[in-house]
Amino acid sequence: MKNNRLSRFAIPYVIWMALFVVAPIIMVVIYAFSASVGGFTLDNFAKMGTYTVVFTRSFKLALIATAICVLIGYPVSYKMSKEGPRFQRLAMVLIMLPMWMNFLLRTYSWMAILENNGLLNQLFRKIGLIALYNNIFGTDISFFRMINTQGAVVLGMVYNYLPFMILPIYSVIVKLDHSLIEAARDLGANSVQVFRRVILPLSLPGVLSGITMVFVPSVSTFAISKMLGGGTEMLLGDLIEQQYMGGAYNPYLGAAISLVMMVIVVICMVVMNRFGEGEEQAVMM
Amino acid sequence: MKKALALTCAMTMAASLFLTGCGGSDYTTMSGNGSDNNSGSSNGSGKRVVNVCSWGEYIDEDLIYKFEDETGIKVNYQTAESNEALYSLLKTGAGDYDVIVPSDYMIARLIDEGMLAELNYDNIPNYEKIGEQYKSLSFDPENKYTVPYTWGTLGIIYNSTMVDGDIDSWDAMFDEKYAGNVLMIRNSRDALAAALLDLGYDINTTDEAQIREAYELLADAKSKGVYQSFVMDEVFGKMEGSNAAIAMYYAGDYLTMLDNNPDLKFVVPKEGSNWFVDAMCVLKTAQHKEEAEAWINFIASTESNLANMDYIGYASPNLEALEGYPAYYEETYGEPLDEERYEIMAAPDEVLARCELYTNLPADTLTLYNDLWTELGI
Repeated sequence: MKNNRLSRFAIPYVIWMALFVVAPIIMVVIYAFSASVGGFTLDNFAKMGTYTVVFTRSFKLALIATAICVLIGYPVSYKMSKEGPRFQRLAMVLIMLPMWMNFLLRTYSWMAILENNGLLNQLFRKIGLIALYNNIFGTDISFFRMINTQGAVVLGMVYNYLPFMILPIYSVIVKLDHSLIEAARDLGANSVQVFRRVILPLSLPGVLSGITMVFVPSVSTFAISKMLGGGTEMLLGDLIEQQYMGGAYNPYLGAAISLVMMVIVVICMVVMNRFGEGEEQAVMM
Repeated sequence: MKKALALTCAMTMAASLFLTGCGGSDYTTMSGNGSDNNSGSSNGSGKRVVNVCSWGEYIDEDLIYKFEDETGIKVNYQTAESNEALYSLLKTGAGDYDVIVPSDYMIARLIDEGMLAELNYDNIPNYEKIGEQYKSLSFDPENKYTVPYTWGTLGIIYNSTMVDGDIDSWDAMFDEKYAGNVLMIRNSRDALAAALLDLGYDINTTDEAQIREAYELLADAKSKGVYQSFVMDEVFGKMEGSNAAIAMYYAGDYLTMLDNNPDLKFVVPKEGSNWFVDAMCVLKTAQHKEEAEAWINFIASTESNLANMDYIGYASPNLEALEGYPAYYEETYGEPLDEERYEIMAAPDEVLARCELYTNLPADTLTLYNDLWTELGI
């Protein structure tokens, strides 16, 4: 049968998946329940309570970044889908363009922009914004503090992951069946109603996968928090990295934290998908 | 619906794995294996290879080509981000290197754990040129495993236009006066060493009370907003661009920054500091021991040491090179070497007298360091 013959070509990926996705997860689980001297232990998880602050901080920042990405990404995708093909192609290239450069380099560039003596502060100084601020508020500052704040970390997440929000939403909206919209119009819906009752529910699958693709890398990032957050407020990624690359070398604890993080993320995703279940039945990705 | 859920879960898992499984490779420059021709098949089969793992920007790369031309041995040169990252690579078996260049305390740890091979110094005649003061050090007291590569000091770098007067004490790293203007090093050993020295304790102490007191000093300064950020390589941009007033870092790197910002100064504080030795070692698992020793001998030569000292700004342990460097500099650049610059590169004896090497700490002290460091980050 034709179908079977074709599915044979999926075998390389199945092998890949088994080797590089399933096997590592199994290893993470094994490590998480092992003691450094060998044997089964739950000690790694007993320590987890200490890190509650890090967990909540990471989830908080990732949630904020994801929300901002939705708020920015959705209107952009919607607007793009309404334009002609030439505009769409151009917009797509512009959205993808930054991703052709390495992620670390882009984040380094943000450092140069946000520093106390960075490009933005130099600009503010030149146009007299800082002097104006000092005049109004009676302060004596020579720069706005932007880098090494949680805001800078969120900015880094939004900047780096926004394309992952725009692309799935766009690809769902652009494929919407226009006869549905016309039908709604024929039935007397105004444009707000068409958007709320037809377009929005139908585009939810795109939003949901966008959220996943932004939230997951945001919650586990460590490069962004290190460079833009200044390492003064540790995120989950930093905490995990430290177990592997830090002085004490404790991959067991690192695996345990990773496992807890993965479980929480999966739970979040399941809840979110349940939440969107009712409305997305009409269209499936 | 089910399908979407499954897909989402799969993506989630895959994505998480990226960030957990590989424990940080997206921030390090190490590239795992050299992959093409380093898997030990070269013994006797024509092409000779040596796998070297060092730090980034830590060699005059012309030396690599020169060695290849002279000996016909191909060099796979790789880099790791830090001693700890290197250790992690070795432990997981990800790095199959022949020669590594760790620092003193890490060498002690590797020897302790039986990971280094004894060297055959008959194959390394240039070892004779290494100064006696860089031999028989605490990490390798009987000179069996190591050939020193560079040495240097840890100190305070400050921007003279942003602080009052001269800085000469570790106090500056904890002083509220400089709130928001201090860069602390993102490395538990060095950060706690600064605090221990400021309190008048030994940097190799294993006394838990003293280490906790040092931690309190750090945590207190952090809570008062003294630290603008915790940095490693980021320190270059921040100090060169006058974005911060004070940082603690290594002397050799200070010289690089000075070239880009003449307002910067360096001091080895009066309370003392750490001096470090990075040395070349051969792993017990090395597949190319003979080639490794040839490489070590080549790098230990006076010529290579001069080139390296000039390129990376760290002091050479080869006495001919160390003493000959000012002349070499004048010959190369047509102007005499600034005395002050030379003394920062190669700290004079009276400065070294107040500096100490790190020793490898026992496992429970390392765990304490890690726990405190995490607590500080939280």
